[in-house]
Amino acid sequence: MALDKPYLDVPGTIIFDADQSRKGYWLNQFCMSLMKPANRERFKADERAYLDEWAMTEEQKQAVLARDLNWCMRTGGNIYFLAKIGATDAKSFQQMAGSMTGMSEDEYRAMMLGGGRSIEGNRYLGEDGDAQPHRQPQGARPGPRNKA
Amino acid sequence: MARITASVYTSHVPAIGAAMDLHKTAEPYWQPLFKGYEFSRQWMREHKPDVVFLVYNDHATAFSLDMIPTFAIGTAAQYQPADEGWGPRPVPPVLGHPELASHIAQSVIQQDFDLTIVNRMDVDHGLTVPLSLLCGEQDPQEGAWPCPVIPLAVNVVQYPVPSGQRCFNLGQAIRKAVESYDEDLNVHIWGTGGMSHQLQGARAGLINAEWDNRFLDRLIAEPEELAKVPHIEYVREAGSEGIELVMWLIARGAMPDVADGRRIGPAPRVAHRFFHVPASNTAVGHLILESP
Repeated sequence: MALDKPYLDVPGTIIFDADQSRKGYWLNQFCMSLMKPANRERFKADERAYLDEWAMTEEQKQAVLARDLNWCMRTGGNIYFLAKIGATDAKSFQQMAGSMTGMSEDEYRAMMLGGGRSIEGNRYLGEDGDAQPHRQPQGARPGPRNKA
Repeated sequence: MARITASVYTSHVPAIGAAMDLHKTAEPYWQPLFKGYEFSRQWMREHKPDVVFLVYNDHATAFSLDMIPTFAIGTAAQYQPADEGWGPRPVPPVLGHPELASHIAQSVIQQDFDLTIVNRMDVDHGLTVPLSLLCGEQDPQEGAWPCPVIPLAVNVVQYPVPSGQRCFNLGQAIRKAVESYDEDLNVHIWGTGGMSHQLQGARAGLINAEWDNRFLDRLIAEPEELAKVPHIEYVREAGSEGIELVMWLIARGAMPDVADGRRIGPAPRVAHRFFHVPASNTAVGHLILESP
């Protein structure tokens, strides 16, 4: 019998459950390794070579190289683990979170200062809030913005 | 005997720690937030506990995916601030209280809560930011936190996290454990994390101030009802990371007006209540409740 996953209809959200965790094990463990300064240096010196030391899928490696956090999450990454990549890149949590929305840093920061993203229209898939798939990407300038 | 005289609730946003460490607290962005904790720092000085039992979550710091304990109690003598990738926070080490922690572990496990016992771990912003908020800046070498701390790390990273009801019941078991300790100790219990926030996906940046404030109201007045709220409501209404708020129910369950899942006495006194948006990606909530 399938597990109960009542959270699959929340728009713009991937819940890090046991299935995601299993898929993302090596991706997340790679991220953990970046908590050591020496590993951060080795990764920065040659990202590809460092990634090749881990039993990650090629897609996971591509997602990391592209610094596409949404892609990383789809392949099993969790934001608290992925944050170690951001830390290595000297990014703040706000920069990382914002990078997943399609908004520019300024747009995202302004949204937070204005009280954050509204819940209205963003509770269930199929509503019309700004986090819904049919309104992606967000932000004034269209197109992917998930570069390093 | 030892007794729990107060519970403290606060968000533990890492950027708050960074703002203190980088001396940015007077900047216009941060000033309103820190103003909300001025009372609390004075209150801490006037109501200095002998021990703080601090409920928080580890953010992929001490616990990787190798081990994911649902409830982990620290019984060590000392905990070092962790390097989360930006370098360790420049704050003093956290001294533990191994005797009381071990006593609580034994008592709580005998009450059917199977805690994981941890004798060695580093502590991340989830634990050190609340200490900084309530105790102010401390020099990493010359300074010290005002009292020993017993960490209780709760898994809120990998779903499913413990239910609100389970957390509320655990709080009651912790109070029984504390009250069965012979030494006369003044113990505070802190619940940290939250409030509404989402750090991932197209819905990142979600804030639900109305829901948060109703959570605060209910935490004070009807925690036994609040405990019944299912995970999915936290996720949907308060964001995927807003689920950290279940940890507040552990601290609330340890207040003396609650026993056997029911309210048996007057609600605790609200010494302080504060709410502010934003700190980085997050709504900040803060309460101080004093036992009657």
